Amino acid sequence: MKNLQTIVLSNQEISPGYFRMRILAPGYQKMALPGQFVMFRVRRSLPPLLRRPFGIFQIGFLPADCEGMAEKEFVELIYKVVGSGTEVMSELHHGDRIELLGPLGRGFDLDDADGDKILVGGGIGLVPLYMLAASLKDRSKTRLLIGGRSREDIITVTEFERLGVTTHVTTEDGSLGEEGLITRILERKLDKYPGARVYSCGPMPMLRAVEAICSERKVPLQVSLEALMACGVGACLGCVVKGRNHSEQNPEYLCTCRKGPVFHSHELDWDRLHQKNMEQGESS
Amino acid sequence: MSHCRPSVTKPRLAVEFAGLKLKNPLMPASGTFGYGEEFAPYLDLDQMGAIVTKGLSLNPKAGNPTPRIAETVSGMLNAIGLQNVGVEAFIRDKMPFLEQFDTPVVVNFFGNTQVEYAEVAARLNDVPGVAALEMNISCPNVKHGGIVFGTDPKAAFDVIAKVRKRLDKPLIVKLTPNVTDIRVTAQAAEDAGADVISLINTLTGMAVDVRTRRPRIANVIGGLSGPGIRPVAVRMTHQVVQTVKIPVIGIGGIMRAEDALEFLIVGARAVQVGTANFVDPNAMQTILDGIESFCIEQGIEDINDLIGTLEL
Repeated sequence: MKNLQTIVLSNQEISPGYFRMRILAPGYQKMALPGQFVMFRVRRSLPPLLRRPFGIFQIGFLPADCEGMAEKEFVELIYKVVGSGTEVMSELHHGDRIELLGPLGRGFDLDDADGDKILVGGGIGLVPLYMLAASLKDRSKTRLLIGGRSREDIITVTEFERLGVTTHVTTEDGSLGEEGLITRILERKLDKYPGARVYSCGPMPMLRAVEAICSERKVPLQVSLEALMACGVGACLGCVVKGRNHSEQNPEYLCTCRKGPVFHSHELDWDRLHQKNMEQGESS
Repeated sequence: MSHCRPSVTKPRLAVEFAGLKLKNPLMPASGTFGYGEEFAPYLDLDQMGAIVTKGLSLNPKAGNPTPRIAETVSGMLNAIGLQNVGVEAFIRDKMPFLEQFDTPVVVNFFGNTQVEYAEVAARLNDVPGVAALEMNISCPNVKHGGIVFGTDPKAAFDVIAKVRKRLDKPLIVKLTPNVTDIRVTAQAAEDAGADVISLINTLTGMAVDVRTRRPRIANVIGGLSGPGIRPVAVRMTHQVVQTVKIPVIGIGGIMRAEDALEFLIVGARAVQVGTANFVDPNAMQTILDGIESFCIEQGIEDINDLIGTLEL
């Protein structure tokens, strides 16, 4: 948990509007846990003013090369260009200087690593699920369900398959995989594996549907939430969600940055999580 | 300015006013630094001039619905709504952590009514580790307990006078910039017994998402902070320094050492750093190092020799 002044190693568009950025990140191999995030800052004294939170896709090592360059530790982010912040990010190249604060927050709870696992991702929400999938013991029993609007929104599925994870794809327009919503596959899988545990990240309407399905069947669910945040360290109180015991008299606001971004679904008040307008569209 | 500058290697940065002894003139702005503990992993709290807490009320406060923040050009809007743990929980759970440091603790507070203001002040007056109180009469994001007192000089005078009667510790009054003439409120604060004035709180503002046609923050109107408001803050600090005799703390969009120095040169005895803490949790240390370098470069042996040296 520190502010790292570092450089971009690579930054490629992997699907229209989706970028994959590899960043030099000494120390992340030891520190980063599945589900944690970083606060990314492009440059000092230039807009955007605030850092942006991004889930960590993976951490790894770049082997030493024949010219004597030492082994390099890296972190990878995958992001979608949705506003001015991510637009500036998409224009970065190898060697550009950036700042990374992290790894931050509470990741997935892995105490219960045996048995069937179902990971449900919506679009870019698949990002924090990769490190989770990689760290689950029984990958032959791990299934990834990934949904998106169109085929462009389905990213990195082959990498999950390489981990030994079975994948199922849906798109709303039917351009890839099955046509429809991913929650339909989730119901089907839970019919077959009622004892499974579910882990999910994606847009709020999808998370709500996943929560409804899991709570009806009493299936344990962990969700990774996205939120607008200014600081990432629990000071701005911009990213709060209502906890299960929240009331006006005894407020229980949970900071997504410190108590999350991963929550057990029973910790949250799903009926009053945010105001309605929080769920409209995405904001950079 | 002299061409032959003395060689300075270790400038004295300590400032002293209203009974407060600060190692340097830098402190965080209330509401951008939590209760201090949030920043301990990134920053040596012993290096700060003071620690200023999130605003406290008599009872815990839930705050506003989300979204509560939105980025703007060179700044941000917020409408957190003074979410806080309440004064008793603060004393019990947060104060022991803050007492470990050799740094004065300034507790920011507010109330819904005059009586509540006075009660919170009286409660904090008995807490040994509290060096001073900062009274918020300027929050734009709640219906009561803030801007209604801060925008009416008579109401400001009355509530400050009530608090003054219950308080022996130094009283800092934090002013809102959302008035026609800041000098009038500043004068009222001084007349009512404030020991120090701090300014500015956020400027009220609004932003709209053109696709959803909704306000970007749930409270519709929020407070604008960040580097974009600094010229307004420097102007108001200058005006207030010229108006009152009591010390002034400058606040508004300080991101770098030079920004802090602007306030000191116009006559602020100390400054508060706000939004910069969100951007970089180590920002205050960077600013402090920058002030020290500036003094060395300029041959300033004591920071007090710089304060109020604006050339007109």
